[in-house]
Amino acid sequence: MRERSDVRRRLLVTIATFGAFTIACCLVAPIVGSTSISLARVFSRTIPYADNVDAQVFFIARLPRVIAAVVVGSGLALSGVVFQALLRNPLASSDTLGVAAGATLGATIAITAHADVNLFGVSVVPMASFAGSIGALVIVYLLSLARRRGTSSTVLLLAGIAISALLSAVGRFVQYLAEFTDTARTMQWIMGSLDVGNYAPIVAALVPLTLAVAGFATLPRVLDLISMGTESAEARGVDVVRAERIALFSASMSTGAAVSLGGPVLFVGIIVPHIVRLLVGADHRLVLPASALFGASFLVLCDLIARTILAPVELPVGIVTAVLGGPFFLWLLFRRVR
Amino acid sequence: MAALPPRPLIRRAALGAVLVVAQIAAAAQATPTSATRVISLIPATTEMLFAMGAGDKLVAAGSYDHYPPEVERLPRVGALLDPNIERILTLKPDLVVLYGTQTELKNRLNRASIPYYTYVHKGLPDITETIRSLGTRVGVGERAQSLASSIESHLDKIRSNVGKLPRPKTLLVFGRERGSLRSIDASGGVGFLHDMLEAAGGTDVLSDVRRQSVTMTTEMVLARAPEVILELRYGPPGAGDAEDLRQWNALAAVPAVRSQRIYQLRGEEYVVPGPRVVQAVEQMARTLHPEAFK
Repeated sequence: MRERSDVRRRLLVTIATFGAFTIACCLVAPIVGSTSISLARVFSRTIPYADNVDAQVFFIARLPRVIAAVVVGSGLALSGVVFQALLRNPLASSDTLGVAAGATLGATIAITAHADVNLFGVSVVPMASFAGSIGALVIVYLLSLARRRGTSSTVLLLAGIAISALLSAVGRFVQYLAEFTDTARTMQWIMGSLDVGNYAPIVAALVPLTLAVAGFATLPRVLDLISMGTESAEARGVDVVRAERIALFSASMSTGAAVSLGGPVLFVGIIVPHIVRLLVGADHRLVLPASALFGASFLVLCDLIARTILAPVELPVGIVTAVLGGPFFLWLLFRRVR
Repeated sequence: MAALPPRPLIRRAALGAVLVVAQIAAAAQATPTSATRVISLIPATTEMLFAMGAGDKLVAAGSYDHYPPEVERLPRVGALLDPNIERILTLKPDLVVLYGTQTELKNRLNRASIPYYTYVHKGLPDITETIRSLGTRVGVGERAQSLASSIESHLDKIRSNVGKLPRPKTLLVFGRERGSLRSIDASGGVGFLHDMLEAAGGTDVLSDVRRQSVTMTTEMVLARAPEVILELRYGPPGAGDAEDLRQWNALAAVPAVRSQRIYQLRGEEYVVPGPRVVQAVEQMARTLHPEAFK
């Protein structure tokens, strides 16, 4: 009983701390940018919206970016936690299982084909990258099943690396045949961008992300046991096959949602879970919600830097996440070791 | 002091050294005789060669060269990123027109003692300058000279046509993700797209950004408040083009959106800085200032 109430208290503290930080980031980020806007004008009722530049900068240019950063950051961080626990590998992330490569291939094909489809305000590139990420994970999962009932983390990992390499090669081949401008456009997409322009792609990405969060909500205890080893988890009564299925399905949904919205933003999926574990410990009941919140705030901050540091020109957000995330992670690691 | 030779002598010696170095440098690139078997790897220079009447000297072209139609009969030898050195050597060219960044190709041509002409996309004046120097190089100097002069006088005529009219602040977009306002690539304050826009009587909203291309965000579009948006497209028209242009309507505070001065210009001539630049600038000017061409 005491242990349970202790966990509940730690959970509350964790969510309150990380939540407050995330909310603070989300409040500051839309106010700061390359152009200065006045909040009084943004919310002024006397200026018609069509004439109100400040309101349009706030509601069209900045707010969707901040929300997109929250969705992408939390999606990538959550799937990173789950992939790392499931594969019992600290370096695992959506890239490892070919999800990022599949998403990139989908986007590359859509960009190169100049496909002209627009479904509920969502253009073809995010749709194709979502399909690519799910497709890649399905192939990897089926391959890992072929060996035995239930997945083996080694087979999953190896199949993921092989499929990732294969899909990247196909993607490069498509780029090689593509027009020069399309190749440049694909490169831009790969480096990540959160300037989504309207709310439709965010709403579209929220559907799979909600499904994923529902799946993740069933996992914390199971992941704690699985990360110790599948046999001991089975001995403790965990239905490992079912848990793995839920974990893979949810992680692929959240990665697909994130990548289709912002591109394969580097490092978030690997670094955020580790930073969070260093801060709150290894209990997945704490790590999962804390990672979602910290991933969101981390990406909101990185995007803020990306759009202001070289203003009016903008940096791809993936460069900022990699440059900031790497050293910060190393600092935490060495501080612990010492 | 006394040991030093008199100053004029030093100056003459230095001048002599400079001349020798310049001659060695010239010998490395130029050949005295005019070229007869030319390979051009860049769409712009291929168009220039045909326009100056040197199309018959071309023995191969780059994989992206599609104009004029006669170019289709030529064998292809790759392009900027993938020049096929083996095919280039087999065709025994006496001049290869290549892009400035193709360093590896230059090294290989040097080793094979094949002369080359280095081209780089720059501003509008560089187009006619390239036509003149390339024309001299392939032995049609006079025709190239008259082509360049005719391009210049046409451009001057367009400039004077629109010269006294108000110059709208224009955003010149040459790339954007279809069906959204993401990855908007626009012309910055330098380069031939910028020069074309200024010649056509517009003011580039990004003229203070000293780059050829700028990836814009919706915030930048709102902040820069262009009065006209010109979108360049190449390739065949698509069914969703009109629908795609309506994406801009999301930015209702932008003057160009409010006055619906958003136009699509379609054609390779807008993105290939060759002799067709005259048609491109004229069409831009007609779009920005229809009243000047009645």
